Amino acid sequence: MNGFGALLRRDLKLAYRQASDSLTVLAFFVLATVLFPLAVGPEPAILARIAAGVVWVAALLAAMLSMDRMFQSDYDDGTLELLVIAPAPLELCVLAKATAHWLTTGVPLIVAAPLMGLFLNLDTGGYATLLLALALGTPSLSLIGAVGAALVLGTRRGGALLSLLILPLFVPVLIFGVGAVEAALTDVSARPQLLILAALTLAALSLAPWPAAAALRQAVE
Amino acid sequence: MHRFANPTRFVALSRAVQPWAAGIALATLLAGLWFGLLASPPDYQQGETVRIMYVHVPAAWMAMFCYTAMAGASAAALVWKHAVAHVTARATAPIGAAFTFLALVTGSLWGKPMWGTWWVWDTRLTSVLILFFLYLGYMALENAFDDRARGAKAAAILAIVGAVNVPIIKFSVDWWNTLHQPASVVRLDGPAIHPSMLTPLILMAVGYTAFYIWVLCLRVRADINMSKVRALKLRNAG
Repeated sequence: MNGFGALLRRDLKLAYRQASDSLTVLAFFVLATVLFPLAVGPEPAILARIAAGVVWVAALLAAMLSMDRMFQSDYDDGTLELLVIAPAPLELCVLAKATAHWLTTGVPLIVAAPLMGLFLNLDTGGYATLLLALALGTPSLSLIGAVGAALVLGTRRGGALLSLLILPLFVPVLIFGVGAVEAALTDVSARPQLLILAALTLAALSLAPWPAAAALRQAVE
Repeated sequence: MHRFANPTRFVALSRAVQPWAAGIALATLLAGLWFGLLASPPDYQQGETVRIMYVHVPAAWMAMFCYTAMAGASAAALVWKHAVAHVTARATAPIGAAFTFLALVTGSLWGKPMWGTWWVWDTRLTSVLILFFLYLGYMALENAFDDRARGAKAAAILAIVGAVNVPIIKFSVDWWNTLHQPASVVRLDGPAIHPSMLTPLILMAVGYTAFYIWVLCLRVRADINMSKVRALKLRNAG
């Protein structure tokens, strides 16, 4: 637990010092969302129809853009080797890094989501469910992303390759996340989708650290 | 299995197996096509277009089988550091991707007359499309490293992570209300199709599997030979 707390604090401190990283991701989220009304036209009915999907896709892409931040700088300056040989289990370090990533990327996305809903003319019934779905789903994005980020360390063009690897694994989160909001908008209970989102996050929480740690060990060999 | 971690022994085995696999593949594919295209009845609802099933269904089965084989080989490589397992996984990936592509395309061709649409975003089709992307991601990751051993290991981890998709594909038509037909062959209650249609289906499936083994033997030997060539080049360059 000590190692987890120390690593988490360190990453949060680093992210705070380099706050422009988190803000850039947030700016991408906003810009990507704003592109859609400009592209499909301002007609409110159409925007309301696609609002949930657009917010979720923009959140996915924004999360993915920030993924390489998780391990790359540590890989470059040698900190990763120290983490691998540290007494704390590497899986715990992965969890700490994923938590830090979620706090610095996922949470700002959740905070900005209502404004994005406003831009896209989301029906008032959908906001609460959108926030809850994002809160339940974005941790699994950080965890699955940790696996991908660890795998592409040391490759050429890691960023583009990362998207090819992770986006297929993000799809269930996307489908149920949007499904939850759609259910709320049609006055049907969103409970099944939200429960499945929570299950996906719990599964990612328990399963993702192992392949990510294995990939990290590969990277420093 | 560990006996065949020795590449020389594996190559000897593949040389012995290959002609048999080729022969069985040709024989069963011809027999399956004969039964499927000529000697089996048309469907009472779908008419003659049901015959696409004999190409589409075995391809889909092989797509899932190849991924499972790839994930299994990757696990063997990572756990036991089995020398030939990485090679097998690497050789299987393009074959599996080709079968997945075949399944998607033949399914689309079947869907147009049957469902009236080339594509629909139901769970079965979406998860098979994701399987295709997982194959592409595996091959891309494998080739993205300058160090081949590192690429093989990273791709092995990816293959195991993606294996969670295979049960989703299999059970998607049971868990969700989908346009795609639910399971009619591999079910707990046994096959639900008539033997006159089951026979060509099984023949084609055996033929596809034998074909896979035939091409796998070729690719694995080619891969092992390329490693030898590379080693020779390195030795002569120094």
